[in-house]
Amino acid sequence: MVKPFVRHRGKVAALPRRDVDTDQIIPKQFLKGVERTGFGSGLFFDWRADPGFELNQPAAQGATILVTGANFGCGSSREHAVWALAEYGFRAIIAPSFADIFLANCFRNGVLPVKLAANEVAMVTQRAQDAGYEVVVDLEQQVVSDDRGFTARFSADAYGRELLLRGLDEIGRTLLEEPSITAYERSHP
Amino acid sequence: MTARTLFDRVWDAHVVRALADGVSLLYVDLHLVHEVTSPQAFAGLRHAGRKVRRPERTLATVDHNVPTSERTLPIADPVAARQVDALSTNAREFGIELFDLASPGQGIVHVIGPELGATQPGMLIVCGDSHTSTHGAFGAFALGIGTSEVEHVLATQCIVLSKPRNLEARISGSLEPGVGAKDLILALIGKIGTAGATGHVIEYTGDAIRALSMEERMTVCNMSIEAGARAGMIAPDEVTFAYLGGRPRAPQGAAWTAALERWRTFRSDPNARYDAQVQLDASRVGPQVTWGTTPGMVADIKARVPDPAQLATENEREAALRALEYMGLKPGTPLEGIPIDRVFLGSCTNARIEDLRAAANIVRGRHVASRVRAMVVPGSQRVKAQAEQEGLDRVFRDAGFEWRNAGCSMCLGMNPDVLGAGERCAATSNRNFEGRQGRGGRTHLMSPVMAAAAAIEGHLVDVRAW
Ligand code: SF4
Repeated sequence: MVKPFVRHRGKVAALPRRDVDTDQIIPKQFLKGVERTGFGSGLFFDWRADPGFELNQPAAQGATILVTGANFGCGSSREHAVWALAEYGFRAIIAPSFADIFLANCFRNGVLPVKLAANEVAMVTQRAQDAGYEVVVDLEQQVVSDDRGFTARFSADAYGRELLLRGLDEIGRTLLEEPSITAYERSHP
Repeated sequence: MTARTLFDRVWDAHVVRALADGVSLLYVDLHLVHEVTSPQAFAGLRHAGRKVRRPERTLATVDHNVPTSERTLPIADPVAARQVDALSTNAREFGIELFDLASPGQGIVHVIGPELGATQPGMLIVCGDSHTSTHGAFGAFALGIGTSEVEHVLATQCIVLSKPRNLEARISGSLEPGVGAKDLILALIGKIGTAGATGHVIEYTGDAIRALSMEERMTVCNMSIEAGARAGMIAPDEVTFAYLGGRPRAPQGAAWTAALERWRTFRSDPNARYDAQVQLDASRVGPQVTWGTTPGMVADIKARVPDPAQLATENEREAALRALEYMGLKPGTPLEGIPIDRVFLGSCTNARIEDLRAAANIVRGRHVASRVRAMVVPGSQRVKAQAEQEGLDRVFRDAGFEWRNAGCSMCLGMNPDVLGAGERCAATSNRNFEGRQGRGGRTHLMSPVMAAAAAIEGHLVDVRAW
């Protein structure tokens, strides 16, 4: 079951780097688990060892929305990266672009990837320097906005959007296609 | 009938049902499973009381976190051992064939699929691993998926996808001696960037691709993901069929003849349209080495470490500055001559028998530089056995290399094979991300012959001068 996502208001933390790969998001030493939980403390583990790291700043505490650079989530397919982000508390990630597998993993774990234009991302990143800065991410309307007049439209993957809005059980849904699957198997031995 | 590309054909052949908005339910022919990204998927099935729909279309192996040292001893790391045990329990419970540590068929999942002949043209192949793109070298549509999707495929034998766009990478000309498939793909990634193919399936075409062996084609397709692609594909031809003939899982007899006829249809029409195109002249590509922390931060061995200040955008400048700081490199330093501490010959990119043969030719009768620790980790136990039969293990051992058992090993450093902080490694793997091979470790990606030459010299070197 996917945790539904319709509309979320939350504090923003900025990580203005491009090509943040899943090895950074959740380093390999945390991949040995056999559960879906327990990954939050491993989030950006190596980077968090640096006191100057963005998420270690007081202003970033309690953030539920991450704004970051292009090609976020590139590299390994490890879904653990999304589990770690979700467990740490992030519900949405705003970036100019995402890696494909990461994107698919987000939709299946109640985390909304929001693709905005580079100048819009820059604006949110800049405002996130102010303590307590919040935005509203509305998946139904596909709009991101803040209290200072910023609004930006985004277009979410249609299937991913449906999964999130309705909190669907994807497997349960596909199992309803049983007759089509069986028919396919018969015609393709 | 409108003209179709190779990818269109394979896609169309797998549509079970078109769902809304360009999204389709597709049938999966082969599902490869390994220990790291599958335990939660099996747990999910068990929790929901679901079965694996087609266990015979599912193959499992242990590769990511297994030790590459002596196989007769139990795994020393209890957490890694738990994951390996979990896979064998799951395989037994759900009726899936498993190549475990004791099996002569064990190896990196992307090495054993082709080696068994389980990977075939026109198939849709998935695995919870991004380098599943490797199998596209056979004209399969092969893509990496997350654990939730692994569970979905186990339960339904299907996957839900929006159709990616199609990019043609036309590689013309012919390669100079000493330059190979790894250099081609690194040069291409350097050209289009690490997100250059996001949302696309790359089809590699052109004379330079046709001239490659199957193993080299796998190296190229393997790193498609490093350009952001969903998958990489090469249309099957006589080279493909010659590789597959006689392999244990390849069709035999009349079925082989029928398969050949079908496989020959998996190609792009001459007038097929791609959504995007890039070109590369192979004759102008020299040996490539990475200098930074993404595979796109790459240059010819004759080049110097770039000056971030000279880069086009603020974003690139910042990224390069960070990368050089992490890598401990100064702008303007010639790449040739950068001293190294470690050499890793391995991974699903470059640990097949041809890679080992090529590297052995370089090191034969020579010795690893005194400051360097070098290791060879064959891609599979079969590759290892073959190499031993050819005496390559002796060549490597005599030259001072460690000769290991198969696994991912230092490609991702989940097992005890890791770099220490600040250690610099010439690696034949595919990712030079910060900390990938060990926290603080510095990775330079290159071809097997380049890594072998670097091991002997103790620094990065142009293998063409050998
Ligand atoms: S060798 Fe490396 S890239 Fe290949 S499957 Fe193993 S960890 Fe992944």
